[in-house]
Amino acid sequence: MTGYQPGTSPLHRAPTGVKFVGMLVIATGVFVLSAPTWVGGVCLLVLAGYAVARLPLRYCWRVSRSLALIALLLFAVQWWLVSLDAAWLVSLRLVAAVGVANLFTATTRVDDVVSSIERAAAPLRRFGVRPDRLGLLAGLTMQAVSTLSLIAGQVREAAKARGADRSVIAFAVPFLVRTLRHADDLGEALAARGEDDRA
Amino acid sequence: MIEFDGLGHSYGDRRVLSGVTLRLPERRVAFVGANGSGKSTLARTINGLVHPTEGRALVDGLDPARDGRAVRRRVGFVFSNPDSQIVMPTAGEDVAFSLRRTTLSKKERAARAAELLAEFGLDGYADHPAHYLSGGQKQLLALCAMLVTEPDVLVCDEPTTLLDLRNKRQFVHRLEALRQQVVLVTHDLDLLERFDRVIVLDEGHVVADDRPEPALRHYRKLVG
Repeated sequence: MTGYQPGTSPLHRAPTGVKFVGMLVIATGVFVLSAPTWVGGVCLLVLAGYAVARLPLRYCWRVSRSLALIALLLFAVQWWLVSLDAAWLVSLRLVAAVGVANLFTATTRVDDVVSSIERAAAPLRRFGVRPDRLGLLAGLTMQAVSTLSLIAGQVREAAKARGADRSVIAFAVPFLVRTLRHADDLGEALAARGEDDRA
Repeated sequence: MIEFDGLGHSYGDRRVLSGVTLRLPERRVAFVGANGSGKSTLARTINGLVHPTEGRALVDGLDPARDGRAVRRRVGFVFSNPDSQIVMPTAGEDVAFSLRRTTLSKKERAARAAELLAEFGLDGYADHPAHYLSGGQKQLLALCAMLVTEPDVLVCDEPTTLLDLRNKRQFVHRLEALRQQVVLVTHDLDLLERFDRVIVLDEGHVVADDRPEPALRHYRKLVG
């Protein structure tokens, strides 16, 4: 998942709840469909969504490059282990599901996701659920993707500078430590912004 | 007004602050001291991020350990690493996030955030991914995220540590222009010329408390 891409397309302006349900239907629907041609059709639909969203070409290239790499790897493994048909089906499912999730995050502000969740969860308040906490949780989860990729990039760079770019330990240990440290710091920052206080 | 009344703090067996008693009515106050001198811990007691194990801190007569919510409405806190303070993906959303507990509508929150970002030279960055701003811009964003709630006091814990000289000066220039009382924890002694009061801490004790020049002279002598 990548971050929000500012825009004024119909998809950017569509209600968050509608987009969210649409994303869920597509992402789960492709796992119900068993014919590669049908799943391929869904992929084309998602592709059309990118065109409607008028996302920058450079951005689309970056997303499709990473997605194609993973899909190709999965395709090769499935073909080798199962069959050609299974390879098409599984990799197209992945492309459709990740593609639509990415389209959602690219056209929806996290702030809108947080507000929608808070609104949707409001009736649960009587059962002791705190909608603001649920919204914050969703927001932080989406934000964590870019934060963790930033930390991973910095750790990888540091390992490379020390000639340890192929060492799993040189990546995993500092990545874990920095992630935990970030979680501590973020908790403190949230407390400083009054998020620890009961509304 | 901020007050410390016989304040002490220990992390387990390690004592980091002892018997700090101060009243801070000045507009610009700085804490300086070597690493581990207790200055960051002392700053954190002001808005209740750390609850002292002895004595108390007071903000306008309120104890942050008991009235945390009320105190945090009055006191904003800026940390040294701006990356750790960014909660939302874009600059505009991050500033607006501070207002989410207010009665303002979403549109008003976004407008207020955009207004403040523009005031701090970050106009046009509202939709920019916050983590990909420059170090100086990120620290200004952290400052905006605190100032948008219009606190009376701003506590900054080594906010210039990760900034280059130009960004450091720009940041301090912004601090100087604020109407709020500013409590700054720093190692950058040359930034304190225009402060009203500088308090030097050493091993958890206040060892100097004066105008910048004599206080910093004392500090330089202390660290050799």
